[in-house]
Amino acid sequence: MTRHLLSGNQAVGEAVRLARAQVVAAYPITPQTTIVEHLAEAVGKGDLLADFITVESEHSAMAASVGASIAGARAFTATSSQGLALMHEMLHWASGQRTPVVMANVNRALAPPWNIWVDHSDSMAQRDTGWIQVYAETNQEVLDTILQVYRLAEDKRVMVPAMVMLDAFSLSHTYMPVDVPESDVIDRYLPPYSPPQKVLPETTQLFGSFSPPELCYMELRHDLEVAMHQARILLPQVEEEYTQLTGHPSFGAVDEYRTDDAEVVLMAMGSLAATARDAVDALRREGKKVGLARMRLFRPFPADAVRSLGERFHRIAVLDRAVSYGSGGPLAGEVRAALLGIADPPVLAAYIAGLGGREVTQEQIRSIFERLLSGNGLPSEEWVGLKVEG
Amino acid sequence: MVKLTLPEAELMDGGHVACQGCGAALAMRLFLKGTGPDTALVIPACCWAVIAGPMPTTCLRVPTVFSAFEATAAVASGLKAGLRRTGAPKTIVAGFAGDGGTADIGIQALSGAAERNEDMIYVCYDNEAYMNTGVQRSGATPPGTWTTTTPRGLEKSTPKKDMPGIMVAHKVPYVATLNPSFPEDFVAKVKKAASLPGLRYLHVLADCPTGWKHDPALMVEVGRLATMSHFFPLYEVENGRYRMTWEPGQPAPVAKYLKGQGRYSQLTDADIVKVQSDVDARWAALKKLTTPA
Repeated sequence: MTRHLLSGNQAVGEAVRLARAQVVAAYPITPQTTIVEHLAEAVGKGDLLADFITVESEHSAMAASVGASIAGARAFTATSSQGLALMHEMLHWASGQRTPVVMANVNRALAPPWNIWVDHSDSMAQRDTGWIQVYAETNQEVLDTILQVYRLAEDKRVMVPAMVMLDAFSLSHTYMPVDVPESDVIDRYLPPYSPPQKVLPETTQLFGSFSPPELCYMELRHDLEVAMHQARILLPQVEEEYTQLTGHPSFGAVDEYRTDDAEVVLMAMGSLAATARDAVDALRREGKKVGLARMRLFRPFPADAVRSLGERFHRIAVLDRAVSYGSGGPLAGEVRAALLGIADPPVLAAYIAGLGGREVTQEQIRSIFERLLSGNGLPSEEWVGLKVEG
Repeated sequence: MVKLTLPEAELMDGGHVACQGCGAALAMRLFLKGTGPDTALVIPACCWAVIAGPMPTTCLRVPTVFSAFEATAAVASGLKAGLRRTGAPKTIVAGFAGDGGTADIGIQALSGAAERNEDMIYVCYDNEAYMNTGVQRSGATPPGTWTTTTPRGLEKSTPKKDMPGIMVAHKVPYVATLNPSFPEDFVAKVKKAASLPGLRYLHVLADCPTGWKHDPALMVEVGRLATMSHFFPLYEVENGRYRMTWEPGQPAPVAKYLKGQGRYSQLTDADIVKVQSDVDARWAALKKLTTPA
C-alpha cells in the first residue's frame, strides 16, 4: 500500500485501474472530466488493459457500458449532472438487463441556470432506476467504495449496477492523502468478472425482449427488488472483507459519529458530513451531546438502520442537498417513511441546504444542532442560507 | 429456371410474429444467411423488437440483445468491445434497426460509432415510416407519402433523408443498399460486409404491406419494382468507391411502382411527374458517381 495525494477524480481512476475494468466508455463533463482523462492515460500507458470507447454522449456511454457488460466484460463509466440526466433511460436498461456496471457520478447541480457546483439533485433524480447508490465523504472512501461496489454489484445474488457519488470540487478536485492498495491485494478481493449469463455465440439467448402483462415482466421487476434487498444485506460483509485485506475502515450503510451518548443527531450525506463532523466536535467540546449519522447507502435504502436511529433518538435533523419539488428533501421524505410505525417516534426537523454549491457553514450546522437540542421551532422544511425569505 | 445460390442453412425459424408479407422479416432471414451463425444482434425499439417473439421465445438462432430506441450503435460498440475482451473477438456484432431508429432518433449514436469506425455491421431496414407504432412519418419517408402524421393537407414535402450518403460522408469502409427482392445481390453484400473490418452500413428497403397499403402477397413484386423503376437503386460504396451492383436494362416508370401502393394514392398525376423527375435526377447523379472518370 502506498500513500498518494489524490483528487477525488484521481481516486476514482486509481480504483478503476485496480478493478481491472475491461471496457471504459465515457464522455467529458465538468467536473467529471479528469476521471476520463486519468483513465485514458492509464489505458494509453498500458496500466489498464481496457477498450476505451470515446462515445459521443452520456446516453451512449451508458448504452456501450451495458453492451460491454452483456458481453461479460467489467465495465466502467463516469458522469455528472446533465450527463446523468441524459443517461436516465439507459440506467433502467442497465438494471433491467442486470448488468453490474459501475459508475462514478460527480454530484453537480442541474441547470438551469447553469451551475457546475455541488448538490445531489442529479443522483437523487435517479433513485428509482434500480441502481445501488453510495455517497462518499472522503477521497479515500471514493477509492474504497468503487472497489467494494464492484464486488457487491457482481455478486450473483445481486447483479445490479452501482453508482458511487462524490461531491463536485469539494471531493472531485480537492487533494487528500489516499492509501492505494497493491494490485495483488485487490486481485484477491475482486476476481475477474464471471457473470452467470453473457452473450454466447451460436445460442438463442435473449437480453431484454418484450414481455406482455401475462408473462414475466412483473416477476423480473420483483427479482430486481429482491436483488436490491440482497445488496443491502451483503454490503456489510463486502465492506468487512475489504477492511480485512486493506486495513481501511468500514462504515456500513449509515456511518454514525459520536452518537453513543448523543441526545440528538443530524443526518447528512457526502462532503457535508465532514462539515457536520467538525460542528459535532466543536459542540462536544462545549459539552453538548450531539452526533452525526451520515447516510452512505441511499439505494437500497437502509430502513432498518434508520429505524434504529429513530428508536434511540428523540430529535433528528435531516440535511438534504437536493429537493424533490413539492415534497421537500428526498432524504427527509424517506427517513420519515422509514420511521412510521415505530413506538415513540422522534421529532424530525428537515433542512435543505447547499444547492448549486452554496456554502454550508459550520455555524449554520451548529445552529441546526442548537435548535434541535432546544426542541423549539423544528421545521418540516426549512431552506438554510437562503438570501430571500422563501 | 435459375437455381438460387443462397446458403441453405436457416438462422431464422418460422413462428415469428411479423405481419404477412413483411420485408423486414425476409431481410433478417437473408441477412443471417450472409453473416452465418457467429453473429450477435442488437435490436432497438422497432418492429423487430416484436417479430422475434415474446420472452422467452425467439425465432432467431443467434444471441439477441434488445435495447433502447436510439442506442443501437452504442450498445453494439460496447458489445463488440466486451466480446473482444472476453475471448470472442470474431463474433460479428450487428445492429438491426428501423428507419426511425436510424435516420431520426438513432442517428447520433450511429454517427458516433461511424466516426470511431467501430467494428460492426449496422443494418437499417427502411420501411419508410414508423411502422411499429402504426405508420407515422420518419425522416426516411419519401415526399408525398401518406402516413398517419402526413394525411391529406399535411403532406410531407421534404426529401427522404439520404442515409447511405450520410454514412459515405463518414468515410466508413463499406456502405451498400439492399433489397430483399434481389436475394442474391442482398446476400453477396452481406457476405462482403462480413469480410471487412470497421463499420459497415447496409441500407435495406423493407416493404411493409401494412403501411404501404398493398396486398401482402405482392411484397417481392413491389420490392422489385422499387429497383426496376430506379426508385431504390442497388449500389455499394467500398472505401468511397461507388459501384452499381444491379441495373435494369429499361427502367419501369415510377408511376407503376407508386400506383401499386395505397400510401401514394393521394399523389396527383402532376405529383407523379415530379417524383419521376426527382428519381431521374437521383439516378443521373448516382450514375456519375458509379462511372469511373
